[in-house]
Amino acid sequence: MAASAAVTANYVLKPPPYPLDALEPHMSKQTLEFHWGKHHRAYVDNLKKQVLGSELEGKPLEHIIQNSYNNGDLLPPFNNAAQAWNHEFFWESMKPGGGGKPSGELLALLERDFTSYEKFYDEFNAAAATQFGAGWAWLAYADNKLKVVKTPNAVNPLVLGSFPLLTIDVWEHAYYLDFQNRRPDYIKTFMNNLVSWEAVSSRLEAAKAASA
Amino acid sequence: MAIRSVASRRTLAGLKETSSRLLGSRSIQTFTLPDLPYDYSALEPAISGEIMQIHHQKHHQAYVTNYNNALEQLDQAVNKGDASAVVKLQSAIKFNGGGHVNHSIFWKNLAPVKEGGGEPPKGSLGGAIDTHFGSLEGLVKKMSAEGAAVQGSGWVWLGLDKELKKLVVDTTANQDPLVTKGGSLVPLVGIDVWEHAYYLQYKNVRPDYLKNVWKVINWKYASEVYEKECK
Repeated sequence: MAASAAVTANYVLKPPPYPLDALEPHMSKQTLEFHWGKHHRAYVDNLKKQVLGSELEGKPLEHIIQNSYNNGDLLPPFNNAAQAWNHEFFWESMKPGGGGKPSGELLALLERDFTSYEKFYDEFNAAAATQFGAGWAWLAYADNKLKVVKTPNAVNPLVLGSFPLLTIDVWEHAYYLDFQNRRPDYIKTFMNNLVSWEAVSSRLEAAKAASA
Repeated sequence: MAIRSVASRRTLAGLKETSSRLLGSRSIQTFTLPDLPYDYSALEPAISGEIMQIHHQKHHQAYVTNYNNALEQLDQAVNKGDASAVVKLQSAIKFNGGGHVNHSIFWKNLAPVKEGGGEPPKGSLGGAIDTHFGSLEGLVKKMSAEGAAVQGSGWVWLGLDKELKKLVVDTTANQDPLVTKGGSLVPLVGIDVWEHAYYLQYKNVRPDYLKNVWKVINWKYASEVYEKECK
């Protein structure tokens, strides 16, 4: 039916903004093939099936996320909807040749809110390392301040009232093929070699504009 | 990543599961990684030797190490009367202690085929399964479905409710032991559905792992526990 085809086009498996092997050797092509090609794809496909014929059908993804978060008493579509969003956000948080220290306004803000880039690094690292079980660590923006947040399973800062700027996926599927149990090595590699500070900067600009 | 020796059994200098650590003038009981009763590769092809080695030597060992650290910190906080510190430690204790408890059960829940792995339960447990679930097949189907549906990390369990005297299937999140779902619940069979339990072999296809793990489930152990608890 043409109507449902148009509606389900809202929920799209967008490819990462780089080829699947572009993050090597820091994140393998094999990982991207499974993580994007299987896990992320399944969240999108399952979400489409789940909302088909329901009142959520055709609603923007962020609406579904907020609605099904239901103040923490999660409704069935939350997992798929939030994970679809989180993964697209994750791919765009990375770039080939990324990582290291940012510069300009972003560095100034990190220094303002964390004292130094190194303190931010440590705090982000600790959040990612100590999220028990599956989840995510984030740099987020709220009330004109940057902060580090960690969340379980599919939860993200959108439902916690802040603007996500950067994320690292710490579900085991995100790092197991490349690092097995060594999550700290994965986090370090992400920070040193993968973070796209350009993406973070443009998200920060959007967040500031939205808060104005 | 190369695993140098998959075939050898993990042995430790001491097979005691607990030891004492002297802190001040008292000692607290700490824990050590239990030995596996079979070689790492003995559960193949259901579970690869590579997974078994990492799961045991890295993941379970980390729970033991971190549990011991949390217990030491708890002991100090209790002695100082630092209530905030005691409460703050609860999540690390639940997570790491739970991880140790759950994995210790899990290794006993598994057995090589040549040692009875996969053989259906006989005796009273077999009968109870038929009564509560219709058949072993019915139980397996239910546990596999619930295990596949766990979002994030967790476990699927067959338990005995000692009070109600019936078998139950339930799931727990993260490393929560079964007893967190009910004080009278005794775990008989637990299946780890954390991604680390299957990812290197089954990747994202958790249902395939759940289909195959039954081939190495040690129903003899589950029956022993059941019979003991039913007395």
